[in-house]
Amino acid sequence: MPRKTATAIIVPVLSILAAMIASSTLVALTGNNPLMVFRKMILSTLGSGYGLGQIIFRATTLLLTGLAVALPFKVRLFNIGAEGQLLMGSFAAALAGIAIPATLPMPAAASLALFAAMCAGCFWALLAGWMKIRFGVNEVISTIMLNFIAQACTGYVLTYHLAVPSTVHTPLIAESSRLPRLDHLLGLFGKSPANVSTFIAVCTSVAVTILLYRTRFGYEMRAVGLKPEAAAYAGIKTDLHVLSAICLAGAIAGLGAGNLVLGYKHYYETGLTSGAGFMGIAVALLADAHPLWLLLSALLFGWLDYGGLTVNTSVPKDLFMMVQAMTILCIISLTALLRRNQNR
Amino acid sequence: MEHSSSITPAIKLSGITKSFGLFLANRNIDLAVERGTIHAIVGENGAGKSTLTRIIYGMHQPTSGRMEIEGTPVRFSSPRQAIRAGIGMVHQHFMLVQPLTVAENIVLGHEQKGLFSPLSMKAHKEAIAELACRHGLEIDSSATVSDLSVGQEQRVEILKLLYRRAQILILDEPTAVLSPPETETLFSTLRSLRSAGKTILFITHKLDEVLSVSDRVSVMKKGELVGTMDTETVTKEALARMMVGRNVLLKVSNPPQEKGKPVLVIDRLSCTTPKGETRLRRLSLTVHEGEVYGIAGVEGNGQSELLAILWGLYDRHVRIEGEVTVCGQSMLGLFPSEIAAAGVSFVPEDRLKTAVITGFDIGENLILGRHRERQFHHGPGFDLTRISSYTRETIDRFDIRCDLSSNPPLASLSGGNQQKIVLARELDRPDMKLLVLAQPTRGVDIGAIELIHRKIIDGRLKGLAVLLVSSELEEVISMSTRIGCLFKGSIRHEFSDEEIREGRAREADFEKKIGLHIT
Repeated sequence: MPRKTATAIIVPVLSILAAMIASSTLVALTGNNPLMVFRKMILSTLGSGYGLGQIIFRATTLLLTGLAVALPFKVRLFNIGAEGQLLMGSFAAALAGIAIPATLPMPAAASLALFAAMCAGCFWALLAGWMKIRFGVNEVISTIMLNFIAQACTGYVLTYHLAVPSTVHTPLIAESSRLPRLDHLLGLFGKSPANVSTFIAVCTSVAVTILLYRTRFGYEMRAVGLKPEAAAYAGIKTDLHVLSAICLAGAIAGLGAGNLVLGYKHYYETGLTSGAGFMGIAVALLADAHPLWLLLSALLFGWLDYGGLTVNTSVPKDLFMMVQAMTILCIISLTALLRRNQNR
Repeated sequence: MEHSSSITPAIKLSGITKSFGLFLANRNIDLAVERGTIHAIVGENGAGKSTLTRIIYGMHQPTSGRMEIEGTPVRFSSPRQAIRAGIGMVHQHFMLVQPLTVAENIVLGHEQKGLFSPLSMKAHKEAIAELACRHGLEIDSSATVSDLSVGQEQRVEILKLLYRRAQILILDEPTAVLSPPETETLFSTLRSLRSAGKTILFITHKLDEVLSVSDRVSVMKKGELVGTMDTETVTKEALARMMVGRNVLLKVSNPPQEKGKPVLVIDRLSCTTPKGETRLRRLSLTVHEGEVYGIAGVEGNGQSELLAILWGLYDRHVRIEGEVTVCGQSMLGLFPSEIAAAGVSFVPEDRLKTAVITGFDIGENLILGRHRERQFHHGPGFDLTRISSYTRETIDRFDIRCDLSSNPPLASLSGGNQQKIVLARELDRPDMKLLVLAQPTRGVDIGAIELIHRKIIDGRLKGLAVLLVSSELEEVISMSTRIGCLFKGSIRHEFSDEEIREGRAREADFEKKIGLHIT
């Protein structure tokens, strides 16, 4: 027994140490002092309210896209399409935000825009789910293709019909549909883009946990994921759960638009999502697709994401991307090792 | 030299103990298996038989104790070393590569060639054919494994061992998956291997098999070896008593009872696949309240199709004619949840695949398929306290052996205890009128069989209608109040209550009589 506790402490420490040594070597190889770089990164991320706010802002989107991958994972579906669902959601949120009459009061307008985003994300995921149960199309392929279509489609409409002349973004959304920032509400995280969406995301993650582990719906869903044949014998409609898991995932990915469009940019622009949908896959896998562990995993990824930006004057962006990826690989492989040892 | 080798046992275990954490799976076991014999190990589910064989095969390392193979002390740290020492094992769940051919599977890992040198299958195939012929293991070595039946797959597993020149063969419940004729073939193979000087150690909990094929038998109980005897000197009853530790009723009492109203009525049911094969042919039968209707038959005569239709899980492309009603309500075309709501309970034949979810814990498995019942809910979610109290109570009532305090996943339970969970769940459904049982005691030890049989009879006495499909003739005869002989998709003959009662007195004759109607 004490041996196990020891490994439980040693492994995470080791993994962080390994990641730091590997990244230090990389940084040193390019002629920078790794200690200086790390110091700068930690100070400007964890050391300031603004930095913390940035981490929270990024983690919020990642938490939602991570959930959008983790939930279908429970029914053995691999949703690569969180990116496309987030794109469609963001676009819909911006459109709704523009179209909403300025007279509508704030909570109603913002909820309406959020609802539009969820519907768009849900619809985009539903397409993949429907193809899966109707024609047996593998969801990995269909969601990848739907990502391309979402990107091209939003890009086309934006460039040719909606963009403010000589920019790559839409007009601003109505004042009333914007989500308040945390610095306005709480006086924390000075001037960072962190906004109310963070609460929405955390609540979603708790709600998904309750849904999965406390309700009949979640029980049936997990049964379908663990053993579809046995679920069918228990009178559970497996197709229904495949469809609802992926639709819920799409709606959750769409919620990410609240953070990006309604809470931060206040318009839709090309490259708005910056791959958060794809990063969600890694976030979900690191957390073993558990909705509560996702909170930690999203924070870690959010921290690494923003950390790279803070040091890009001294460390090239490409290099920091390597550092990020190496850190993630170290953590993933060592946690996998830990899990395997525990199972013995 | 000759003399000394004849008294050195093939396997000798002294004081073998194996613990998993605080749990002692094997306790101080001494066992000698003579060379060239068939040695059976019997015991209840969870008695430690599998652990013991896994120790011999190097999959587990004993916590303490010594092991000798052919007189040489050994300590295996992996099966690889055991294989090198001439030991081979056929696992309960086969380890074959499905898309490869029989020959490829047998040669796999034993190519005796460099990694990139050409591999000629021809010589291998000839050697395999020769081996197969010698021991009655005929098989087409070019066939793809995924096309084989379970019995044939088992032959491939045995051939794999022989091809590696294994001298000691360990078989873990080899007959659990076999039909009676396949079992007979396996036994004649085992006898032929014995006469070729191989040593065979096999695990089972079917006492008839022990008596018919083994030379010696060891009985295990709760991790200990309680005795080793020459098979000639023991009786079935004595073995059962040693295994369970009390007198076991091999046949539970089955008092007569007036039958009530018809519950399940199957009227001229036919089933044709899209390819035009007829699986059921105008099958008619009626099961009344307070009656166990047993279906006897060789597997593949329409049992699976009948069960699938009764539970609403058939391929919707097959053509179905006729009618199935439960208490007057038509069942055809309904979903399993609707059929269950009409008062039907169902125990499917393939437990691992369809009746349990091994990743769920015991409580979650006990409500599988019954998770819609109001009693397990509280507000919008599950009532977790109710589920855990129900679990505790059910585990008591059905004598399910597990350590609830650590909330183990179902996978950690032995097969017999898993089956008890399925039975407990299905026998406990509220407002149940019809119970459909497919192979209810497959892979279950005698102690548990007695309990399951008693629960079924109790249900019947309370007025339940039971449809029993089993490949164990003995079970059908002892449980049923009527028997239908299923042959090529229809009931060819029905035995009445009186005929069965007379038949039980002269069971061997009666089995032959039934046999005539099902082949």
